[in-house]
Amino acid sequence: MTQMDIVTEFKKKTSMVSSMVHEAQSIQDALEIAVSVCVKKSPAMMTNSSSETPHTGDSDSRISLMHGKTMAALDLDEDKLKILAKLCSDNNIDLITESLRNHGTGIDVGITTADYGIADTGTLVVSSDSEEKRLATMISEIHVALLLKSNIRPSALAMCEELELLTSKPSSYTAFITGPSRTADIERVLAIGVHGPLELHIILLDDIEK
Amino acid sequence: MGIDQTVEKKTEGGGEHINAYKKRINNALSNDFLRSAMDKFAIAYKESRKNAFADMDTGVDELIAEVAELKKNAVMKNSELLVQFRKKAEECGIQVHMAATADEANRIIADIAKNSGSRKIIKSKSMTAEETHLNHFLEKENLDVTETDLGEWIVQLRHEGPSHMVMPAIHLSRFQVADLFSDVTGKNQDAEIERLVKVARKELRSKFLEADMGITGANFVIADTGTIGIVTNEGNARLATTLPRVHVALAGIDKLLPSLKDALTVAKVLPRNATGQRLTSYVTWITGPSECKTTPSGKREMHIVLLDNGRSKIASDPDFAQILQCVRCGACANVCPVYRMVGGHQLGYIYIGAIGLITTYFFHGAENAKNIVQNCTNCGACKAVCAGGIDLPRLIKEVHTRIQDEDGHPLKSLMLAKVLKNRKLFHGLLRAASVAQKPVTGDTPYLRHLPMIFAKDHNFRRLPAIAKIPFRDRWESIKKEHQSAESIKAVAATSEKSDQKNQKNVKDNDKNIIRVGIFSGCVQDFVYPEQLEAGILAFSKYAQKDKKIILEFPMGQSCCGLPALSMGEKDAAKDVAIQNVNAFKGLKLDYIVTLCASCASHLKHAVPLLTGSILGKSATDFAEKVMPFSQFIYMTGGMDSLNAVDLQDSGNGQNMLKNIDRKKITWHSPCHLCRGIGIKDEPKEILGRTGHEFVKADEEETCCGFGGSFSVNFPAVSREILTRKLNDVEETGAEILVTECPGCVMQLRGGALNQNRSFKVVHLAEII
Ligand code: SF4
Ligand code: SF4
Repeated sequence: MTQMDIVTEFKKKTSMVSSMVHEAQSIQDALEIAVSVCVKKSPAMMTNSSSETPHTGDSDSRISLMHGKTMAALDLDEDKLKILAKLCSDNNIDLITESLRNHGTGIDVGITTADYGIADTGTLVVSSDSEEKRLATMISEIHVALLLKSNIRPSALAMCEELELLTSKPSSYTAFITGPSRTADIERVLAIGVHGPLELHIILLDDIEK
Repeated sequence: MGIDQTVEKKTEGGGEHINAYKKRINNALSNDFLRSAMDKFAIAYKESRKNAFADMDTGVDELIAEVAELKKNAVMKNSELLVQFRKKAEECGIQVHMAATADEANRIIADIAKNSGSRKIIKSKSMTAEETHLNHFLEKENLDVTETDLGEWIVQLRHEGPSHMVMPAIHLSRFQVADLFSDVTGKNQDAEIERLVKVARKELRSKFLEADMGITGANFVIADTGTIGIVTNEGNARLATTLPRVHVALAGIDKLLPSLKDALTVAKVLPRNATGQRLTSYVTWITGPSECKTTPSGKREMHIVLLDNGRSKIASDPDFAQILQCVRCGACANVCPVYRMVGGHQLGYIYIGAIGLITTYFFHGAENAKNIVQNCTNCGACKAVCAGGIDLPRLIKEVHTRIQDEDGHPLKSLMLAKVLKNRKLFHGLLRAASVAQKPVTGDTPYLRHLPMIFAKDHNFRRLPAIAKIPFRDRWESIKKEHQSAESIKAVAATSEKSDQKNQKNVKDNDKNIIRVGIFSGCVQDFVYPEQLEAGILAFSKYAQKDKKIILEFPMGQSCCGLPALSMGEKDAAKDVAIQNVNAFKGLKLDYIVTLCASCASHLKHAVPLLTGSILGKSATDFAEKVMPFSQFIYMTGGMDSLNAVDLQDSGNGQNMLKNIDRKKITWHSPCHLCRGIGIKDEPKEILGRTGHEFVKADEEETCCGFGGSFSVNFPAVSREILTRKLNDVEETGAEILVTECPGCVMQLRGGALNQNRSFKVVHLAEII
């Protein structure tokens, strides 16, 4: 299997678990995609105020509509953050980079990088030792993950050593993420977004030689 | 079932009376929602499991064998792994606690809560915590515990236990959930699943944010790095291990594995087998206390409680050590025909399905296991999918035996055991029954009113009468007929050959002689001797023309012993097994052919296990020769001659096929044939060449609900499984249903008659 084949397999399997895959040619491109996901998103379902949130009836007229949207970025380096900050302010999005606990009831979009992709199951490996990063992948209604194509491996077992390196560190917290949060606990009907993100977007950054 | 009852009833001593249990079963059987939910699930599961394994480079069976092997090794090295894990985990800053009993585990966790000043606790799903009744315990300690897995939260709010290990609330409808959530939120909630899920998201999110302590289970406990792995779909375990300042993981010591590689191998099978997913949404690997910004140290307080609760004793039990290979995928429930009819609350105590029938005895005592352990048709469907490669049906019977050995054997089964051990007595009684039944059978071969040992609710199918003359009494004349048929064939074959090639007389060529011992089994001997007669005709008819078949029917043979084993009478089963092995010894047979699939599977697999230590090699020699009818016909080259007969009109009386009245036929694969022996396609190939039109029925390999004593003990469940089966058959429009086990014939034919179905039921031997 060439790396291209592995990427193709990864894309196929991620779409089977309702993840959305985007391709980006550059960082600028990737961050623009992330911001456009946020712009298109309907506003956060649960606001960070303790006030009544609409859950009954048809009126999903969420309170946060008036508050604008929030995006969290946790592990981007300064250059990337600068680009993102500009894009956010152009689109009237609040950008936060810390204290996610204070936004426990919901953030619109959380953007993080992923360490690896696993092709045969369409999985992201996100080493999330820092609490902030972990929360971004959990409490955001949409999780956007940046992934280098060269970091996609055929299977978990094929990358066992790399995974061992991540998981054997004391105080490490390594997440395999395969699609958005889901449940089939009521009548076995699949429902997305029970505790974690309602959508998972993966932006593939092309760094492999054709 | 009413709210509040389950927990209470289940924790009281002495156990439930069998009649109360049967009543619960009847309630479940008449619960339409449950029935249709279970039925849809059973069908959908098979399909999604198949798809999930389809694109793998290794076959599912090899993969399962690999998992079984690595779990087996881990069980063997358990104490070593424990020491290794403990050391690593403590180095990483995890506080490791050992709990010998369920109570001890609960106590430890309550103390952790007290010492850390935790009052609000959130939990993600853990069967181990269910096993210890942890919630109950913590609530009594005035701790506020909230389950966060959606299904677990629902059953917690209803004060019930889970009805499935992976889908705890599968027994409930959206309407029941909507009512429940309306109560909880004080607002009217629509019965729309998407919306109900969002209600849970919101309600539970605030619980997460307030919680002091999170309790999780662990699917993997990895010795060489001190890591735990947690598999979830909802993401609740992630929040439970991130937001609160204290994390306690509770896991059985059977979850220990040497390395991440082992865990990743198990993870390849677990979700595929559990829910038909390639992987769950989340798999989380935690190695020691992770960052937690609300504590002074900046790290979470992390504990792991490793529960023994009888596991190390099980590990040293040669019969049962393999149950620790369980990875808790729940598949054994998913495919179980009984589970499908009655749901999880009726087929488990805490652990559900086949594994639950076994572990209940060990974790929750004989009083909670004694009823459920009998509720098994012994169909083997669970074993065929088990991710841990556990011989579940055999161990279920073994538990049954142990409970009877401890609590005393019921009169009914004692008598059966006594009678079976003495072949002459047994056969004498059957002969007497043949006379005694006359007044009640009328002119039909069906008993309308059964002898007393059968209760009245057996009328769901008509049972056949005992034959006037059993097979063993017909044997001498049958043998003569067979011999003359063989010699006619031999003459024909010889002349053909000598015409062509001037060869030596084939008669004396040893290679062309097949020596076959017939094992009749009691049902065909005494109830359906005509099936055996038809089978013997078929031997000569279909064997290659230059083969000579010599038949033997040792009179010393008795019941195969399966009925005894299935009533928990292992000693009697052992006794008759020895009688049977001895009866066939010294006859220089090539094969021991039986037309009863259940006998075949029992003789092949159970007999060497039962008698191996006493009879040694003669037991395995015996078992190796056992072959079911269809396999024998298929193998002796009959297939080619079948075609030949079909094509040329040879006109020597053997081509009955030419003149058949062409019918639409379908096939029911006996459990003990398709799973017991692994014969799946041969009978259908044979049927395909009979000249009849073959149509495949849905779920042809699903149990018919007979299961010997099962159908006597749980007639209502048996009836429902049967009806489901007959529906599938009727759906095909077939006029004849063919199968290969007299037990199945008894169940299916009796059911078809009773329900006025439009098809006949015959044994394979009777149609070819
Ligand atoms: S053998 Fe059949 S009936 Fe018995 S537990 Fe297994 S699947 Fe269920
Ligand atoms: S016994 Fe086998 S099938 Fe049943 S839950 Fe355990 S691993 Fe799964």
